[in-house]
Amino acid sequence: MDFISILSIFVMAVFVGYYVVWSVTPALHTPLMAVTNAISSVIIVGALIASAAIGIGGTGATSKWLGLLAVVLASVNIFGGFAVTARMLAMYKKKDRPAAGHK
Amino acid sequence: MEEAIAVNPWASLAYLVAGVCFILALRGLSSPTSSQRGNRFGMIGMTIAVVTTLVTHAPLLVTNFAEDSYVARLDTVTLIEILVAIGIGATIGIVTARRIAMTAMPQLVAAFHSLVGMAAVLVAGAAFLNPEAFGIAVAGQIFTQSRIEMGLGVAIGAITFSGSVIAFLKLNGNMGGKPIMLPGRHVINLAVLAGILGLVAYFTQDQSPWVFWTITGLSFAIGFLLIIPIGGADMPVVVSMLNSYSGWAAAAMGFTLHNTAMIITGALVGSSGAILSYIMCRAMNRSFISVIAGGFGGDSGGGAAAAATDRPWKRGSAEDAAFLMSQAEQVIIVPGYGMAVAQAQHVLREMADKLKEEGVRVKYAIHPVAGRMPGHMNVLLAEANVPYDEVFELEDINSEFAQTDVAFIIGANDVVNPAAKTDKSSPIYGMPVFDVNKAKTVLFIKRSMGGVGYAGVDNDVFYQDNTMMLLADAKKMVEEIVKALG
Repeated sequence: MDFISILSIFVMAVFVGYYVVWSVTPALHTPLMAVTNAISSVIIVGALIASAAIGIGGTGATSKWLGLLAVVLASVNIFGGFAVTARMLAMYKKKDRPAAGHK
Repeated sequence: MEEAIAVNPWASLAYLVAGVCFILALRGLSSPTSSQRGNRFGMIGMTIAVVTTLVTHAPLLVTNFAEDSYVARLDTVTLIEILVAIGIGATIGIVTARRIAMTAMPQLVAAFHSLVGMAAVLVAGAAFLNPEAFGIAVAGQIFTQSRIEMGLGVAIGAITFSGSVIAFLKLNGNMGGKPIMLPGRHVINLAVLAGILGLVAYFTQDQSPWVFWTITGLSFAIGFLLIIPIGGADMPVVVSMLNSYSGWAAAAMGFTLHNTAMIITGALVGSSGAILSYIMCRAMNRSFISVIAGGFGGDSGGGAAAAATDRPWKRGSAEDAAFLMSQAEQVIIVPGYGMAVAQAQHVLREMADKLKEEGVRVKYAIHPVAGRMPGHMNVLLAEANVPYDEVFELEDINSEFAQTDVAFIIGANDVVNPAAKTDKSSPIYGMPVFDVNKAKTVLFIKRSMGGVGYAGVDNDVFYQDNTMMLLADAKKMVEEIVKALG
């Protein structure tokens, strides 16, 4: 992909983000932050590439270890972020539902 | 120069699908009913992105080098290392997510932001050390365009990391909420920022390690310097801003790696954080620049507040409050950060239940900057099983105070201060506030008459004829009211 195609995707995604985020109800702004946190850890893709790369020489090996450390950090975020979002969202309940029925 | 990146069309398609899943994840949050489905879309998108990368970039061992061919087989050791790394992260993440108290959510989010920032720094560092693996270099020479993207990526990542660490320490109480002001900090900050940008430009000419690592070091420093002077009350803006940065860091790395999923996600998260910062600034009537410049939110109330405390005010008991509320037709509860600190949300809901049994209509009014992060109060009320359709935003409920019998303020202060409307010299002038003074009776829970809100401003509501001050710890006071309601 050339730079302009990538830039186009980026600019379009900023606009999509703008409209999607304005439609998020203010009551869910905390879960919004938690879930955006989780998805920004898609940076794990870069970390996986670094970890799997064939390390040549000293810098190659360092690169691999940096990658593995990044995989750990990003995984904390992915699993923690989605889990905590799920936990929060499960708490939002409507009126007049059998509140006693929940676990 | 783009030919160096081997593009597998199926992989590109998979990353695009992952990106779309992330858009749907945010879209789901437009209402609580669709939100859980949205979160599942997020998980699906992440799974697709991770599996695709593991397949297309499987760790290989290369043997039998020949002129133009080689034999590659799966490097199981590395694959296991990667899976172990994911496993360690997953365990830490899930355990933390399960155990964390809802009141500690702002700290947790700040901590998670710092991890995204650090991961971005590590990935950029790995890409710098082994650029061929990422397809961004030929014969050790990194492409010019990739150098800019990498330089910006590592800079934003490092700022996100150190800024979030400071935000975490402040939110977690390891560090005082008071702004720490360095002399000449604006000059220092601008000089460091200029230095970073200058070095990124120089990096395109010279890819020596010192340039890359100096950019990284300076960026860690600026993140630290930027957040240090920002006070506790401005934390909602800071947390949103760091949320935005973590997105831009991911996007910058996406540009480096030509990865659609990362670019789309980065753009989504970046704009999400930026919009939240904007909403928070608007709710405080402060410009983004003034928040970033910092120095607000100290205990610098000074003479005016001290002199004003001589004014007469009425003190009420839990029994008075219980009686007033049980006789009311409608009660509006205004929660603030103090409720979170006192962990009073559960007993508050008990009180509301008792009142509802008496036939009182109970509503909750939430200011956008109540608490320490966007939506903080909503989560706490949801945790206490308050139905979300009893919870209202500022614009939707503010006109109702005039027809309300009791406004019950628990742990909030600045967001109900009429000075924001009347006193031009007040630091919170222009901030949209709840018109609680229009309610027939105001019940104001406060620890003591001494302290004023985070903005350090006295509040006229305390001294109104129709205000009854309930001086106690928020949780204890509400517990007593519940007892008095019988």
